[in-house]
Amino acid sequence: MLRIKNIHLNFNGNPILKGINLQISKGEIHAILGVNGTGKSTLAYVLMGLEGYRTTSGRIIFGDEDITSLPLSDRARRGITLAWQEPARFEGLTVTEYLSLSQTKGGGSLSPAACLERVGLSPSVYLNRLVDQALSGGERKRIELASVLAMRPKLAILDEPDSGIDALSLDQVMEVIRSLAKEGSSVVLITHHEQVALIADRASSLCAGMILKTASPEEVARFFRNHCRECPHINRPEEELIENV
Amino acid sequence: MFDYSAEFEAIVSAYEQSGGDASVFSDKKSASLAVSGNKILASNSIPGVKIEGEETETGARARVIVEPGIQIASSVHLCFGVIPKEGLQEIFSEFEIGEGANVSFLAHCSFPNALRVRHLMEAKVDVGQGAKMTYSETHFHGQGGGTVVIPRTEVKVAAGGLFRNQFRLVTGSVGRLDLDLMAELGEKAVCDLEAKVYGKKKDKIRLKESIYLNGAWSRGLVKSRIVVSERAQSEVLGEIIGNGPHTRGHVDCLEIVQGNEAQAKAVPLLQVVDETAKLTHEAAIGSVDKKQVQTLMARGLTETEAVETVVRGLLR
Ligand SMILES: Nc1ncnc2c1ncn2[C@@H]1O[C@H](COP(=O)(O)OP(=O)(O)OP(=O)(O)O)[C@@H](O)[C@H]1O
Ligand SMILES: [Mg+2]
Repeated sequence: MLRIKNIHLNFNGNPILKGINLQISKGEIHAILGVNGTGKSTLAYVLMGLEGYRTTSGRIIFGDEDITSLPLSDRARRGITLAWQEPARFEGLTVTEYLSLSQTKGGGSLSPAACLERVGLSPSVYLNRLVDQALSGGERKRIELASVLAMRPKLAILDEPDSGIDALSLDQVMEVIRSLAKEGSSVVLITHHEQVALIADRASSLCAGMILKTASPEEVARFFRNHCRECPHINRPEEELIENV
Repeated sequence: MFDYSAEFEAIVSAYEQSGGDASVFSDKKSASLAVSGNKILASNSIPGVKIEGEETETGARARVIVEPGIQIASSVHLCFGVIPKEGLQEIFSEFEIGEGANVSFLAHCSFPNALRVRHLMEAKVDVGQGAKMTYSETHFHGQGGGTVVIPRTEVKVAAGGLFRNQFRLVTGSVGRLDLDLMAELGEKAVCDLEAKVYGKKKDKIRLKESIYLNGAWSRGLVKSRIVVSERAQSEVLGEIIGNGPHTRGHVDCLEIVQGNEAQAKAVPLLQVVDETAKLTHEAAIGSVDKKQVQTLMARGLTETEAVETVVRGLLR
């Protein structure tokens, strides 16, 4: 479904992504585990094709097509979408409108109300709210997830869908992510929580713009716990770890 | 003899085009006033709301008196406009809102065919102690860009009173808009001003809104959302003066410039006279927020559709 080959990205001459390789199949949830500043969001933006996030080298293959040079809207039209770590706020745009446009463009079958219910927000309360500053952080994150559901993408890049979500609702959010995959979407699940990564089919650990390990989520979680959680060399992995891969 | 019924039909159809519900002018339960050019076509008072209109050579004089303590459930409807391509309409109005009254006004101003029209609106507003007044004005213009719209408003809000103003001009091309609103607030009074304008073609937009926070603990907000496209120009002056102790004020101005021939300017002006006053402002001028556009594009919208969606929301 998605093959990422040796992706590099620099900002002002500083390397941020340093040769990322990944393969994700249809319906797979692939967790990316990494501490702050390791390049997770940057990788998400590169996959989505945001302006200013064009790779300096490497290739992105989606299905049978090389999409490396395709702009954002073309990628979205091919079924790729991104749920931001901190989603944008819109003045004067209702939740219904926001979800409807995702549904119309993506060709999804779930109504806005059904999407809200899936993420644990009551449609009678939220359908007429605005997607603006007045929403709490957690509400906004769930609406972002609901809009991904509405779009029914082939590939959903979820940048920390768990951040800002209260502990009680976390299971519900993870269930939504699982259902996305069950219905055929591939999911890139970015997180820094091991327990969230455990719902994935496979996982990779990202450090300083490099993937140190790709394996089962249990294995990667153990690796993350042992080497990354209390990483003494922020963004400078030990040579031996890199060689481990 | 002047044909009032034909004129009434014309202004009513313009009124409906601008989003109004014209049945209110025949409904004797709603207070209303309709003026086309210098003809008063409808005027209806209801218990507690007295509307006095008088035709003048160039427009009309109007006096609206709301009795103290009156709570009006449905809005008072006002309709102004000039139907022909050329014309002049000068409205001088006075609003007296009695102590503790609560009233909202829905005003529609229509200039569907304007090529050379001048519309001057001079209003004096007195909001009594603890009274609440909301004034929402929606403009409807054709594509001619031939109107000069000059609203001049002076507002006094007595202690504990509230004045809320919503000005909306997003349909058609106005030509020139020069709005000036000044509000003086008493103790614990609140003033909330919101303006939304879409400038097109060669429109020249100038807004000046000032709030004088004279009374202690009074609060004010000046919010504007302006979009200029083609060769339109906008200038927004949001001014708050914190004269009284513990006053709070905020200027929030967002101007979107579309294309490289449109121009926008923002001048927020804050003046703290009493040291316990606290005034803040945010002003942003530029193109549509990139993250908002990219978010919508990631759902499959084209860039144009995404920008339109963001702009429509801002001006709603
Ligand atoms: N536009 C930019 N210009 C320069 N440096 C940048 C830019 N964007 C990100 N970076 C840097 O790249 C690195 C990776 O950032 P990124 O946002 O991808 O991290 P992250 O893994 O998502 O972190 P977090 O867990 O905090 O969200 C950081 O050191 C960051 O400061
Ligand atoms: Mg991030």
